[in-house]
Amino acid sequence: MNFDFTEDQRLLQETVRGFLEGECTPEAIRALWETDTGRSSALWKQLAEVGLAGLLVPESQEGMGLGETDFVLLCEETGRVGLAEPVVSTAAVAAPLLRDLGGELAERWLKPLAVGEAIVAVGHPWSPFVDDAHVADLLLLFRDGELHALQPSDATLEAQPANDPARRIAKVSWQPSAETRVAEGARAAELEAVSLDRGALACAAQLLGACDRLINEAVDYTSQRQQFGVPIGSFQAVKHMLANVKVKLEYARPLVYRAAASVAEGHPQRGVHVSMAKVAATEAAEVGTRQALQAHGAIGYTWEQDLHIWMRRSWTLAQSFGLSRRHRERMAEFALGDAAPIGAGGTFGG
Amino acid sequence: MDLTYTPAQQAFRTEVRDWLGAHVPKEPLASFDTKEGFEAHREWEHVLNDGGYAMVPWPVEYGGRGANLLEWLIFEEEYYRAGAPKRVNQNGIFLLGPTIMEYGTPDQKARFLPKMAASEEVWAQGWSEPNAGSDMANIQATAIRDGDHYVINGQKTWASRGAYADWLFGMFRTDPESERHRGLTFVLVPLDLPGVTVRPIAQLDGLPGFAEVFLDDVRVPVENRLGDEGKGWQVAMATAGFERGLMLRSPARFQETARRLIDLYRDHAAEAAPGVREAVVDCWSQAEAYTLETYRTVSRLLAGAKIGSEASLNKIFWSELDLRMHEIALQILEERGQLLPGAPAAGDVGSWLDGYLFALSGPIYAGTNEIQRNIIAERILGMPRA
Ligand SMILES: Cc1cc2nc3c(=O)[nH]c(=O)nc-3n(C[C@H](O)[C@H](O)[C@H](O)COP(=O)(O)OP(=O)(O)OC[C@H]3O[C@@H](n4cnc5c(N)ncnc54)[C@H](O)[C@@H]3O)c2cc1C
Repeated sequence: MNFDFTEDQRLLQETVRGFLEGECTPEAIRALWETDTGRSSALWKQLAEVGLAGLLVPESQEGMGLGETDFVLLCEETGRVGLAEPVVSTAAVAAPLLRDLGGELAERWLKPLAVGEAIVAVGHPWSPFVDDAHVADLLLLFRDGELHALQPSDATLEAQPANDPARRIAKVSWQPSAETRVAEGARAAELEAVSLDRGALACAAQLLGACDRLINEAVDYTSQRQQFGVPIGSFQAVKHMLANVKVKLEYARPLVYRAAASVAEGHPQRGVHVSMAKVAATEAAEVGTRQALQAHGAIGYTWEQDLHIWMRRSWTLAQSFGLSRRHRERMAEFALGDAAPIGAGGTFGG
Repeated sequence: MDLTYTPAQQAFRTEVRDWLGAHVPKEPLASFDTKEGFEAHREWEHVLNDGGYAMVPWPVEYGGRGANLLEWLIFEEEYYRAGAPKRVNQNGIFLLGPTIMEYGTPDQKARFLPKMAASEEVWAQGWSEPNAGSDMANIQATAIRDGDHYVINGQKTWASRGAYADWLFGMFRTDPESERHRGLTFVLVPLDLPGVTVRPIAQLDGLPGFAEVFLDDVRVPVENRLGDEGKGWQVAMATAGFERGLMLRSPARFQETARRLIDLYRDHAAEAAPGVREAVVDCWSQAEAYTLETYRTVSRLLAGAKIGSEASLNKIFWSELDLRMHEIALQILEERGQLLPGAPAAGDVGSWLDGYLFALSGPIYAGTNEIQRNIIAERILGMPRA
């Protein structure tokens, strides 16, 4: 038993954090909001160089051949800066999906994906929209218990402008056929289930990062801003507000890290663990947005101030890969069922 | 990351489970806040000690079995799972014990720890005074050096288990000119000495769960000082960390409450109010989160890390979770939530009301949650001081 990350994992996290802090500044994010695609292929290539795109891609395909326990800390970092690039859709979901699928499709797409030259979007039943479809080179679409693969040119995309300007989603219409079908039956069902869990896990990890950033922005602001002749951060009401968010964040964290290990190892309770993580991280970030905004006062309620970058990202992530309602239902089915190892000693199946 | 137990850890769990299965009293003991219950609990502690389970992480020579912290967590899980009695000497074994381990002389360790493990000496904790609650540095009780003794005068209050305990530990002002954190010294005081008067105080449940202790020219030998003279604050901060953090609030306790809450909900699912189901499931998940975080902390401690102000995050989380679980249970029980367990119509009310009354004190004792929030804001988040 050792519930901790390795030196290597921490080191990789620090490297990625350093890179992202340099590249993915609020100014850079705002600049991307104004572009057609909202995406920067140059930035995505650089991210691929630090290993982010192909982290879950086998080494034989130019990837890093690592697992979700390594990835979770990096996802957290991408959430901290509010990175818009397709980390969740392409790196966290599509890459391992292609890897698991194997065959020609994996041969054709994994390598370009790993080096940042291809973006792959995934459509799934927990959302009526497909993220990043507008820049995708390949669409992997779950529908009616089957998995289909197609060229974006074979589908019609209807863009759906969203609250978060970094979020680019579309309704995708297309004709499923025997030619597009790449998995069906039990195999497609398993691929779909694990893809949903991977997506929800990545969102949960990004939510941790976003929440941490919201707290830090609020701490910085309230340490500078003066009212009544003192920094507002010295008022206890302000302190307690942020301390409460910190408690929520720090107790969402272990659930997210455990979920990462469960996804990496294919734990029998993988889905429940992911749901616990997504619900807790969502709640922390939701409280985080509210309290960070409150701590900023009116300036936080403006477009000019950067705070809303992470607020909007938090809402987006909360609404991606399963609303809390859906995840709570999975948790309830397990916890209230008969077979669950509930109570002391049950956490790791003692 | 390796979230599985080793065969040795599994074997330890089985051994503990078997032993507890054979020894835990079949009927729950009376509350340790009654004279009779206190003695029954002390008796149980003797049984535990004879089995070698009084304090498993302690070295063998002090009544432990040299288990590491992970094994201690496993032991706690089995302890709560078995429904074993509350630890009457928790102030001793969980708070003072580790402090003596860190600051005590070899003589003090040999003198105090084995008797503590065996609960031959049950300890009360004496920080609070009438004017030193949250403001603990405002302690006024004095311990003035007179040859090889300290002469103690003053008043301590809210000392849990003080009504029946044998000893009291606390901070006293050894330098009467000193102020605040300086000039304080950590002293161990037998409660049967001349000049000690203990007045039990009934808590919200009507039982004498704590006491005020009046000290009037009480002479205590200098050997009873823990740590250096004038350095009591540092020693006390170590004890307070143990109280908020790991040692006292085993996650197993909250996991078992969550399990009972789920059972209760299952029995009443048909008539439960909207939203209760989600609330119950959230509580379970939070108890799991607390457990996971504890395992994470233990993993870090075993790798050589130290815990600091994080204990304040802990304290808020467990106390609020405990209270929330009991509030939801009472909501599920509806009108019967007001009944004492022995009332004719009580049915499965069980100990939820008792548990609720106790849970209400969680956000107050061990440093109020407001004080913990101040610590989090200033020391963890780095916000400006007032
Ligand atoms: C069940 C129980 C068992 C206890 N056992 C022991 C024991 O064994 N030994 C012992 O020494 N003590 C014990 N205590 C006492 C406990 O440590 C104190 O009650 C606690 O530290 C608060 O002090 P107080 O009661 O004087 O409240 P006060 O300090 O008067 O506080 C009252 C209220 O004001 C708030 N407040 C005070 N200062 C601040 C501030 N700076 N910022 C924000 N809010 C503030 C508090 O949070 C609280 O809400 C026990 C208490 C309880 C309820």
